[in-house]
Amino acid sequence: MPVYTVRRVLVAVPTLLLISLILFLLLDLAPGDPTAQLPLTIPPEVKENIRRSLGLGEPIHVRYLLWLKQFFVNEPLHLMSQLTGLDLGGDRHRVISWQTRSPVVDLVVERLPQTLWVVGLSYVAGIAIGLPVGIVSARHQYGWFDQVGTFVSMIGFSVPTFFSGVLLIVVFSVELGWFPSIYDTTHRVTGWDSLLFQLRQMAMPVAVLALYNAAQISRFMRASALDNLTLDYVRTARAKGLSERKVIFVHVLRNAVGPVVTVVALGVPGIFGGAIITEQIFKVNGLGQLLITSIQASDLPTVQTLTFVFAVLIVACNLLADLLLGILDPRIRYD
Amino acid sequence: MRKFTIRLAGLAILAVGVLPVSAAAAAERGRDGHVSIIYWQAPSILNPYLSGGTKDIEAASIVVEPLARFDASGNLTPWLAATVPTLANGGVSADLKTVTWKLREGLRWSDGSPVTAADVAFTAEYCRDPAGGCSQLARFDDVTAVEALDDLTVKVTFGVPKPYPYGPFVGATSPILQKAQFGDCKGARAPECTDANFGPVGTGPFRVTGFRPNDVISLEANPHYRDPAKPAFATVTFKGGGDAAAAGRAVLATGEFDYAWNLQLSPEVLKGMAAAGKGNVVSSFGTLVERLVVNLTDPSPGRGEARSTRAHPHPFLADRAVRKALSMAIDRKLLVEIGYGQAGRPACNVVPAPEIYASKANDDCLRQDVEGAKRLLDGAGWRPGPDGVRQKDGVRLSILYQTSTNAVRQDFQALIKQWWSDIGIETELRNIDASVFFGGDPGSPDTYQKFFADIEMYANNFEGADPESYLGAWRCGNEPRPASQWQGENMPRYCSEAYDRLLKEMAVTGEISERARLAREMNDLLVQDYVLIPLVHRGRVSAHARSLGGVRLNTWDSEIWNIADWHRAR
Repeated sequence: MPVYTVRRVLVAVPTLLLISLILFLLLDLAPGDPTAQLPLTIPPEVKENIRRSLGLGEPIHVRYLLWLKQFFVNEPLHLMSQLTGLDLGGDRHRVISWQTRSPVVDLVVERLPQTLWVVGLSYVAGIAIGLPVGIVSARHQYGWFDQVGTFVSMIGFSVPTFFSGVLLIVVFSVELGWFPSIYDTTHRVTGWDSLLFQLRQMAMPVAVLALYNAAQISRFMRASALDNLTLDYVRTARAKGLSERKVIFVHVLRNAVGPVVTVVALGVPGIFGGAIITEQIFKVNGLGQLLITSIQASDLPTVQTLTFVFAVLIVACNLLADLLLGILDPRIRYD
Repeated sequence: MRKFTIRLAGLAILAVGVLPVSAAAAAERGRDGHVSIIYWQAPSILNPYLSGGTKDIEAASIVVEPLARFDASGNLTPWLAATVPTLANGGVSADLKTVTWKLREGLRWSDGSPVTAADVAFTAEYCRDPAGGCSQLARFDDVTAVEALDDLTVKVTFGVPKPYPYGPFVGATSPILQKAQFGDCKGARAPECTDANFGPVGTGPFRVTGFRPNDVISLEANPHYRDPAKPAFATVTFKGGGDAAAAGRAVLATGEFDYAWNLQLSPEVLKGMAAAGKGNVVSSFGTLVERLVVNLTDPSPGRGEARSTRAHPHPFLADRAVRKALSMAIDRKLLVEIGYGQAGRPACNVVPAPEIYASKANDDCLRQDVEGAKRLLDGAGWRPGPDGVRQKDGVRLSILYQTSTNAVRQDFQALIKQWWSDIGIETELRNIDASVFFGGDPGSPDTYQKFFADIEMYANNFEGADPESYLGAWRCGNEPRPASQWQGENMPRYCSEAYDRLLKEMAVTGEISERARLAREMNDLLVQDYVLIPLVHRGRVSAHARSLGGVRLNTWDSEIWNIADWHRAR
């Protein structure tokens, strides 16, 4: 297992480098211009000057190598300086966003909390709802609970968040006035009142995303449990006179949860990617919103860095999923 | 209902009565607590010299201020300067080459230090540094020197006579920066000063306490603001993000925010939201005109390198009768009704304002005249062919009509296509993503500069109240072409000696009414030659809560230019 892990990590390095190159080329070759959003009253010579000051005059390989150096050398050095208090980075340039002219990594760090709070919590809620619903649905296949569960998860699956989100706002903010329609990212939880406010402002975005996540996970769990319920070992367990509770939780669950763990682990990078549309609708302004505004403004360093961070997370979570599966199922340990 | 009317009447009385009373009675800074503003485009930076975006410039205008700015009717008003220098008061030299500004006395930065002429001179130095990529460089065109003569006097020298010298330090795009803060941030070092760019020290009514780029700005009243009774609000939240509909909803329907910027929404949507009675929709008109641009050169791919250049005139749009017919077939009133409602009015001029600059010679464009257009085309020899499309000598009137992707623009395209087909002109529609269309990438065939189409549509305006540089766009030689890397602003590839002569005359004319006459004549040339077909004069629509007093929407400068006067109407 350790050998396998090391081998996987080593393979990941060239993979990620290749991904970063592809991302860079894709972004660079795509049409778009960082000065496109500026008002037409700014003359073209000035725009050209702005483009030059952003480093766009350099040839593409120079810019790619510069980004590699900034991301893999300068940023870690800066981080070390921050942690140790020593000046290791010196005057080295960090990856700078074209839009805000500030380090991209600082932007990401600033936006992580609200994304983790809202999108992360909705993922946890989705799992907490999805797993039990899936198991019960499978146990009583075609019973009334299964029918209702199927109906609700089909709604969660098929209704887009830009519809359900706006619907919730119209009902709960405009008509009833229970929840704010605009998320306050400067809010700090300091006591019970502020915690209550935090819960209120998170309620709608979390509900929208949790519905979608729960729908997905419950379907996987149900399918996986159904596959197992018809197998011989379950009949054997029941024939031995085990209680239904024991059959389900000890025997079926452990076998059925494997594929679901893979799905859940592979969904984790999605949390960091933020829920672009939901974040926009509720003005959560997390990582998803950062990505979309950067794409709109052709802020290539930010888009490149963010998408690369997502790529790293996806590769890492793939590895994690494989390792977890090995732990859960001794038959597929890679030695 | 009765309760509601009483409340309304009460509000009206308050609104009228509260202004003078509150200023006199409760003249205390920060008395009205908190005000919240939402811009659906989130500000990225608070240094207007590093960003040309309206959202950034307007957010920064709360903090940093220019020497003079435009008020809500477009008049130049002294701001940090004691007076606006003119020829009459001796501030502008007789040869039109220097202008001398005098600062108000006793001005302080929000950190308590005095504002001096050195700060003004430094601001020019900062923007004019060639390595800095300053977005507002055009404001310093022809400036050769900016010197501080004493603590309060600064002299700007131009290399050529400048009849309109109000480029540098005028308006929200050219505010004064503090030398002490930005001294080490010039040129290539500009992007490194993140703290300064995110929290400039200013002279405005508020100062930054927290800045989260592309998200939210927190501000508090500036303790050193020049008027001790202002601002009325102690703190400001300036939230960004989302979309225009959500911003409108937050002010008009839920009342969570006090002010929402630039609500480009369909007239019905806005009306529905305003029905909740929590806020007012306000609009104001500047110089933004949605127009059709006619390509006078041949865009057909067969021309190769010479495509859309003046080497080959357009096969049928070179005929003025065709261009005129295109304009006559359009019902501008219907366009306004469908696309803009309160935020638009039919336009017949490319210079629609200020009033003295606006020509009255073209008002007959307000009437749609399909029959007249048909007669005109018949007279010019364009006869309907077997498929109903007019042709002459084998040339068919078939138009490729492009614009950026945007719901209103696509509605306009569909309507105009219909009208043109009524007069026997075939139209193919095309829309291009705005970041590509306006992107100016010389490698892309889809930019508005390359204009590989017969007609294109977009909106443009001029900054401030003087149209000279805006009208300069259509001079001969300023057309985008391969030799200029497709840069240039003369999209129709217009070339007229009469026009260029008027432009030269304007460059040496200082007298305002004369300048206005020249501007009107140039406008008439462009419009009556039908190289530009104005459609809609577009206004700015914003909304504020009923309880927010003092809002005076300004399209000539920052929209929130008078935030120091905002207050809670009781």
